[in-house]
Amino acid sequence: MHVTRDLSHYVRTVGTSLQHIDLAVEGVHCAGCMAKIEGGLSAIPEVTLARVNLTDRRVVLEWKQGTLDPARFIDRLEELGYKAYPYETESAELSEVAQFRFLLRCLGVAAFAAMNVMMLSISVWSGNVSDMLPEQRDFFHWLSALIALPAAAYAGQPFFRSAWRALSAKTANMDVPISIGVIMALGLSVIETIHHVEDAYFDAAIMLLTFLLVGRVLDQNMRRRTRAVAGNLAALKAETAAKFVGPDEISQVPVAAIHSGDIVLLRPGERCAVDGTVIEGRSEIDQSQITGETLYVTAGQGTPVYAGSMNISGALRVRVSAASEATLLAEITRLLDNALQARSRYMRLADRASRLYAPMVHATAFLTILGWVIAGASWHDAIVTGVAVLIITCPCALGLAIPTVQTAASGVMFKFGVLLNSGDAIERLAEADHVIFDKTGTLTLPELEVTNATDIPAEIFELAGRLALSSNHPVAAAVAQAAGARSPIVGAAEMAGQGVCAHVDGVELRLGRPSFCGAEVLVGESASVDPEASIVVFSKGTETFILSVRQGLRPDAQAAVAALKARNIGVEILSGDREPAVRAAAHALGIAEWRAGVTPADKIARIEQLKRRGAKVLMIGDGINDAPSLAAAHVSMAPISAAQVSQSTADLVFLGRPLAPIVAAINFSRKALRLMRQNLWLAIGYNVLAVPIAISGKVTPLIAAGAMSGSSILVMLNSLRARSGSREIV
Amino acid sequence: MEILVILVPLALSLGGAGLVAFLWSLRSGQYDDLDGAAWRAIADDEPPQESAG
Repeated sequence: MHVTRDLSHYVRTVGTSLQHIDLAVEGVHCAGCMAKIEGGLSAIPEVTLARVNLTDRRVVLEWKQGTLDPARFIDRLEELGYKAYPYETESAELSEVAQFRFLLRCLGVAAFAAMNVMMLSISVWSGNVSDMLPEQRDFFHWLSALIALPAAAYAGQPFFRSAWRALSAKTANMDVPISIGVIMALGLSVIETIHHVEDAYFDAAIMLLTFLLVGRVLDQNMRRRTRAVAGNLAALKAETAAKFVGPDEISQVPVAAIHSGDIVLLRPGERCAVDGTVIEGRSEIDQSQITGETLYVTAGQGTPVYAGSMNISGALRVRVSAASEATLLAEITRLLDNALQARSRYMRLADRASRLYAPMVHATAFLTILGWVIAGASWHDAIVTGVAVLIITCPCALGLAIPTVQTAASGVMFKFGVLLNSGDAIERLAEADHVIFDKTGTLTLPELEVTNATDIPAEIFELAGRLALSSNHPVAAAVAQAAGARSPIVGAAEMAGQGVCAHVDGVELRLGRPSFCGAEVLVGESASVDPEASIVVFSKGTETFILSVRQGLRPDAQAAVAALKARNIGVEILSGDREPAVRAAAHALGIAEWRAGVTPADKIARIEQLKRRGAKVLMIGDGINDAPSLAAAHVSMAPISAAQVSQSTADLVFLGRPLAPIVAAINFSRKALRLMRQNLWLAIGYNVLAVPIAISGKVTPLIAAGAMSGSSILVMLNSLRARSGSREIV
Repeated sequence: MEILVILVPLALSLGGAGLVAFLWSLRSGQYDDLDGAAWRAIADDEPPQESAG
């Protein structure tokens, strides 16, 4: 059968004669990788551009139209030792990037204006105490206005727009006091300049915008990065299917290009990417990602299969059905939608702070004006003082308090193998006090391993491993990997669903089901010991050996669970798997609370029950059946091996085999939340000091500028402490 | 104080030049890969396998 890979879905034509593809590449992390990849790809003739983006871990390729098959780039990268996946930029990511560039442009304009206005202001401040002529001062003020007014009109857009949106919806956000403060400060300064007064606040207004834009840019940069990470994860999982394009010709195409009614081939060891019905073939399928059940299900003609199930033994032809027909996935999608809606009600720390802040600031300014008028001051002086209160309370440090900590914390978490999928995940993770683990693929490793390898003579085990290389069955793959086998035995034949056999030096070797090797009796005794294990038998002539293959627990699962308990976090297992398997895992890890055979709806019910009791639940799971509960929980995490829907739903994704990143992420997020709170208190403390001075009408532009930059720098320095932290998990 | 006639436009045009340079660098995608750019500055011009021989 002829197989081709069709990547045309991902290729774009640029200009008249160039073609363009974006690839997400795994394992790029240093300058050496960058040089190797760019060198290796540029060496292909007709390639006009090969550029690595180390931040996003992607490669951009361009070549002359019609000369190359893009699949060749993926092969070339494979030779170089990198796994690459074609990548399609989502519109969500494009808009985040556009927003980031817009904010950076605003920051550039504001910073330019702040520098130039400050240069003029410093001349005025030093001139006021020496020999500056009033005409010169007015000239400098007009010059400042000339720079500051257009710059503020441009750079203030993000705040003005957001404030306008909030006001039209009859609510208030942080941008309302900011916008009012900036507009009042600029307006007042123009009026004061017309009346030849000494003080103008052009510098304060524009500096305020600059500092706030730094916070916005950092915040947006984190959003953009998490979006890029999510996009790469989607590309890594970008599911393809072998579609029949002729009677016996198949083409590997992305799922997006498959329609209902198409026929796809599902080979042994492949994960199904579509929903459909088997029309030909017999096999066993592993539905653990969908239901959590680790026992295989027998599939034959007419059996429905769902995206996410793994085909184990025989090849199947599957007719693709529309997604809505698949009741199980439709149910999961419905639960997921409900849960996601509920979660969007979470109010970020910054929003909670601003809800208190805005009315207080405006009330203070208003009372100041009233107070001064009652005390006998002129309306002009009273309003000037009121505006000074607005300027000095403008939440400069408040705007930086949270994004700076988030940026520092997400950077350090990234180094520990934790990727953030949502911006406010850090705050929510820090609050978590109850962890629910899924078992299959989360507490256990997603791959199978041989548990009794040491009981078998080494040379026999190696022989079994070499024989196993001839099979696609996942259990055989586990045996081959455990034995470190590299050279397959020549002439080995696979009996679908039974095992493999070969002849070496006249001795028959068999590896497979107990019945295939004639060892049912022998197996009867050991099967009772480990309910979760799959038993395979290796026979050499008349000798037989039993291999027990199962999903092992993650290497540090016990230590991680102990570390969580030490932090006073409740630990619980909710699994869709059978009771004996869950009990064994819970017992091995010392987890007292566990439930087996749980459906997705039950998982949500349990989470809701804990919520009502006031617990903040961290859900950690990997299967498609976990996706709704990941969304329902206060905060959620998924391993990188998780099903795509779970990974995109989870707030955080962790890499690698150990569970240590979970504990590290909790540590860093708790520290980050502490720093965020400290920063908010610092910002409030600054206001407590500055507001009385402002109310008393003694704020000069110099004091405003000094206080504003001083508090902002203090907050930024404090945020950098989020980077430090111990590497120990216990 | 006549020097202001020269100094003020000079200062503004220098600042303006900085702003234009920043906007140009932003437009040409120089902030898209900050991690990679840091390494490119110190990377060898020759591919490593050639310089090794």
